Amino acid sequence: MSTSTLPDFRQTFPIDKIGVVERVTRLNKRSIKKESKIQGLKLALSMIDHTTLEGKDSPGKVIQLCQKARQPYAQMPELPTVAAVCVYPNMVSTAKKALRGTDIKVASVATAFPSGMATLQAKLDETQFAVEQGADEIDMVISRGEFLKGNYSYVFDEISAVKEACGKAHLKVILETGELETLENVRKASDIAMYAGTDFIKTSTGKIKPAATQPVTLVMLEAIRDFYRDTGQMVGMKPAGGIRKAKEALQYLVLVKETLGAAWLSPDWFRFGASSLTNDLLMQILKQDTGVYQSINYFSND
Amino acid sequence: MSEQQEETPIEEKTNGSPKPTSPNSDLKLDFASFWEYSSAPESSDHVEIPDRYDHFIDGKFTSPVKGRYMKSINPASEDVLTEFAEGTSEDVDKAVKAARKAYEKTWSKLSARERGKYIFRLARMIQERSRELAITETLDGGKPIRESRDVDVPLSAAYFFYYAGWADKLDYAFPGRKVKPVGVCGQIIPWNFPLLMLSWKIAPALAAGNTVVLKPAESTPVTALKFAEICRDAGLPDGVVNIVTGAGQTGAEIVNHPDVDKIAFTGSTEVGKIIQKSLAGTDKKFTLELGGKGPNIVFEDAPIDQTVEGIINAIFFNQGHVCCAGSRLLVQEGISERLVNKLKDRMETLIVGDPLDKNTDIGAINSKAQYDKINQYLEIGVNEGAAMYQSSCNIPERGFFCRPTIFTDVSQSNRIVQEEIFGPVLTIQTFRTPDEAVEKANNTPYGLAGGVWTDKGSKIFNAGQKVRSGVVWSNTYNKFDPTSPFGGYKESGIGREGGLHGLYPYVTLS
Repeated sequence: MSTSTLPDFRQTFPIDKIGVVERVTRLNKRSIKKESKIQGLKLALSMIDHTTLEGKDSPGKVIQLCQKARQPYAQMPELPTVAAVCVYPNMVSTAKKALRGTDIKVASVATAFPSGMATLQAKLDETQFAVEQGADEIDMVISRGEFLKGNYSYVFDEISAVKEACGKAHLKVILETGELETLENVRKASDIAMYAGTDFIKTSTGKIKPAATQPVTLVMLEAIRDFYRDTGQMVGMKPAGGIRKAKEALQYLVLVKETLGAAWLSPDWFRFGASSLTNDLLMQILKQDTGVYQSINYFSND
Repeated sequence: MSEQQEETPIEEKTNGSPKPTSPNSDLKLDFASFWEYSSAPESSDHVEIPDRYDHFIDGKFTSPVKGRYMKSINPASEDVLTEFAEGTSEDVDKAVKAARKAYEKTWSKLSARERGKYIFRLARMIQERSRELAITETLDGGKPIRESRDVDVPLSAAYFFYYAGWADKLDYAFPGRKVKPVGVCGQIIPWNFPLLMLSWKIAPALAAGNTVVLKPAESTPVTALKFAEICRDAGLPDGVVNIVTGAGQTGAEIVNHPDVDKIAFTGSTEVGKIIQKSLAGTDKKFTLELGGKGPNIVFEDAPIDQTVEGIINAIFFNQGHVCCAGSRLLVQEGISERLVNKLKDRMETLIVGDPLDKNTDIGAINSKAQYDKINQYLEIGVNEGAAMYQSSCNIPERGFFCRPTIFTDVSQSNRIVQEEIFGPVLTIQTFRTPDEAVEKANNTPYGLAGGVWTDKGSKIFNAGQKVRSGVVWSNTYNKFDPTSPFGGYKESGIGREGGLHGLYPYVTLS
């Protein structure tokens, strides 16, 4: 990347919202059946960041969550595990312990999640704490207030600093697109985060509505595509919040497949931030397997 | 990229491990190697298409006087779909007489409100049989089910609904004038949107109180004959709608029949000229909707990813068999390379194949003749020195299929830029200033439709007003609505269809 020049973030990348929505509508018409459906459902399961981010989280809750991550459905041990569990920094060591012996990553939110209203130093300290506790991935939030007032260099520098504090841990930058409101802003924030060195861009905290939407995700995927073309570097994508149904998950995968291609169809480059999606995927996988829908009561709720 | 590193295969990585550098050095995106969509064909079992169709004259299916039949084939499989009657002057005469009788005895005597009720009923019955009609359209014409299901059939119903509403409000359509129907209308429609073109023709004609004799194209007659069944089942008075099938000669018989009061034709400019010649000196009214070579102008400030999608819709919709297709792309020089690269990526994701598969984007070329014509133009383009690029998709061995194609390095003087190809073939030229774009856009004998792409509203109005086309879309393409008039300038035609303007050719005012 050393040869590429930084774009001027004051320039707005034109985006036509109606066109974006039309493209999503057309992609949603892809009919995913038979083999491709089973493959897609399992792929989606392997891409989940199984998440609990509540004030009432306790070690007991986190351990349960990790158990579910290790073995989504005991009757089908051959199913893939989820990609990661996502918790608050003070729960990282608990999660790490509970996931010992697996490939499942521990992701921690940091930087005064979800508002990001803290000093840079406090954010760096929190990041370092989470990494020291053993977090493999850090999900940071951007300073939306600074962004919206046009202080793009602040946002850029903050992301760079957190990335440095991450050390070997992966960084995901949460844009909180529900607060950025326009698709032009989503594109701009994506570009800032990618040029500042993030590994992933992520839509939302899940605390603001709307959270992840397909039009927003498509715009971010297109930003990733342009970044790849311009710099040669791949960046990952994580829509988070509000994705509850297997059908939606498949629609997101179609977006990825037809925008970025096969290379991104992997937990290394695409994640779902979700909690209740896991069970719906399991229900659908079981339906494909047995031909009948099972009651939701047969699936553990954690 | 500053450092050259070895390629790292993606498969070897585990969740969340440090990311490798780009998987290939030329930064090509790979859309095919993983997670292919399984086939998802729409079932056609429940659609009944008899082995043989007769003319629909005076409310009944009637064998052709000369007893000759032609074959309609499914262009995706080259199998015969059905046989249909070949109309001769005797058949046309019978149909015109039936239409005249119905006009004088029943249809013009009916109150406008009753007339409206019949047209509303036709609209509803198109909706009720929408699945069957969509599948039939796809089997007969080769267009993807995604389009016949989502565009052709719903829009056809919408045109009937729209014009049904006008039936009892004609006095308000032309305030202060006395409105009378024209009489018997002869209508000849093309093969690219068989049912939709039928609805563009029949709905306004009936709403204004006329009766019709309609001839569908010889490669796609089946949905018109299904519509005949709908007319019969709807209890439409006998002779109000007559369908006579056949080829060009049958069409000529309709055009030249002395008792036809108005001709509506959609098709090629070549045939349009012949029709206009044969109508010269008669008092028949006529509307012609002919060919096009739509300019699609992209300024450098356009929303580029949505523009790429618009270009795709402009030229690859319905295999490019669209008279208003955006077949000439005019791109401002500064973004040309970036845009073309994005367009090539997008073309790679287009699925060409079985038209009945719900995931198919581009179906079969409508007929062998058209398939040959397109291939001939591809050859002409290459011989003219243009750079041809086709997507790398697989195409079925049987049937008439053509890969989506773009030509760069073309000039205004090239035949592929000047002549209508009517296939999935796009030519790409660049321009430097808005005036140059408009000049190139207008330097054509056609003037049916065009597009302007920019983020700036004033540029849209400026360029849009200067482009001599009946329709100019901005930041979108190939959008149709029953309330909006459609038609061409210059050799793209005379008269308008759709909207209030579309009623005008079907009435006489005093």
